[in-house]
Amino acid sequence: MKRSWYASPYALWMLLFAVVPLLFVCWYAFTTPDGTFTLSNFQEFVKPRYMGVILRSLKLALYCTVLCLVIGYPTAYFLAGRGFNHAQSLVVLILLPMWMNLLLRTYAMMTLLDDNGVLNAALEALGLGKIHVIGTEGAVLMGLVYNYLPFMVLPIYTVLKKMDYSVIEAAEDLGCNPLRVITRVVIPMSVPGIVSGITMVFMPAVTSFAISTLLSNGKIRLAGDLIDYIFNQSSNPTRWNIGSSFSLIMLVLILISIGFLRKVDPDNEGGGMW
Amino acid sequence: MVRNTRAVKTFRTVWMALLMLFLYAPILIMIALSFNASVSRSQWTGFTLDWYVKLFHDPAILGALKTTLEVAVVATAISTAIGTLGAIGMHAMNTGMANVLVNVSYLPMTTPDIVTGVSLMLMYLFCHVPLGKWTMIFAHIAFDIPYVLFSVMPKLRQMNPNLYEAALDLGCTPIKALWKVIIPEITPGIFTGSLLAFTMSLDDFVISYFTSSDMYPNLSRIVYSSTKLGVKPTMYALSTLMFATILILLVLINRRTKLENM
Repeated sequence: MKRSWYASPYALWMLLFAVVPLLFVCWYAFTTPDGTFTLSNFQEFVKPRYMGVILRSLKLALYCTVLCLVIGYPTAYFLAGRGFNHAQSLVVLILLPMWMNLLLRTYAMMTLLDDNGVLNAALEALGLGKIHVIGTEGAVLMGLVYNYLPFMVLPIYTVLKKMDYSVIEAAEDLGCNPLRVITRVVIPMSVPGIVSGITMVFMPAVTSFAISTLLSNGKIRLAGDLIDYIFNQSSNPTRWNIGSSFSLIMLVLILISIGFLRKVDPDNEGGGMW
Repeated sequence: MVRNTRAVKTFRTVWMALLMLFLYAPILIMIALSFNASVSRSQWTGFTLDWYVKLFHDPAILGALKTTLEVAVVATAISTAIGTLGAIGMHAMNTGMANVLVNVSYLPMTTPDIVTGVSLMLMYLFCHVPLGKWTMIFAHIAFDIPYVLFSVMPKLRQMNPNLYEAALDLGCTPIKALWKVIIPEITPGIFTGSLLAFTMSLDDFVISYFTSSDMYPNLSRIVYSSTKLGVKPTMYALSTLMFATILILLVLINRRTKLENM
């Protein structure tokens, strides 16, 4: 037996449980329940009751990406910087949550923000009065940033860490002030990391599932929750088809952004997972 | 980076402190509440282990724990075998074919979890396979395999290719050469890969949610459904234990990868 045959269980399994299921999604997305070809599943997308959810997903994912960039860039910059003693352990601490169950992290956030939770107790103790956070878009946004921030820090940190210090020294020697060094040298050189980070935050944020349900008591649904709702709760006879068409759109969006990423950053300098 | 003035250094310290507070306050508060005597989420009324005791007397949670562990163990075992053999096979192939096969592994890693979950659910429902433990295990194997593959492949590349040939020349059968020469050389990679697979399996919520049913819930599913019924401190205890387990596994993996790269 030739050694290359050892890969056949692998090929078979990935075909059956990674490729074929996606073909099912494509099949259902383009057919009616009785199996004839149609494009009408995609038209559901623009109906007001779904469109609202999608627009809100895009809006919150965009806010989340901007916030992650604003918080994540300085963080990555400090971590990669010179003369920072605790950088290594801080990097581990910031990236650690990436590997921890999204549901548990969101549950923890929910406990903190709850109307009778620690946040409100602390605000009351300070005499500031209670605030109502759970159930608002603000809470959902906070949950998204909390979950996806490490995905912004990692690629930017990787790029900055690899940067050639002599370039910065050259800029300094040639009379750049620190602010100009940052805006003219550091930021332009870290563009691959920024693009990588934006994709790695925006895409999962758009398709996020359960975060918004938990932090809004089920009042605010995002695209991921919508897919769950269509498949598992609606009584529409074409629910599998509509759900599939939504899933397919998500998948195509992701593939486009990966393609875009490869173009901007062909050598994967940004250290992105894709 | 740019040379830092004292003001920048102070700002950096404050920034990092606030960031740590943001990232860890929720988790630490949850851990604290799991030891809180009262059900209140804002008042500390004394230390207790009651919630942990309750946790281990709750048949639903014990059942879910059993399901979670079974799924993780079986999925890890099978994905380790398939992934390791896959890496060995691809290593022996010409690059073109191997590239195609490796790229298939990027598929589950890039597809959003919800789409992976939904696609598997559709396939199962189409084939009239009732959702349960095995449908979940098969799904877990599919997303675990790439982690094993990508841990084993670098080890194979580091290996001296002549070793295998030498074993054959000296009279080993191909199976024996695989077992006596290749496997011992790549064991560290296999072990790291299986630890990663186990961690991913324990950690998964979204894919399990779509490929199993309420009849066979795993722990994340129990946490998710409990949130609809209001907060129970036993859930804090459960979450704390899950966080601790994942943390220990990550420390182990981190140590191994560091040792291997030395």
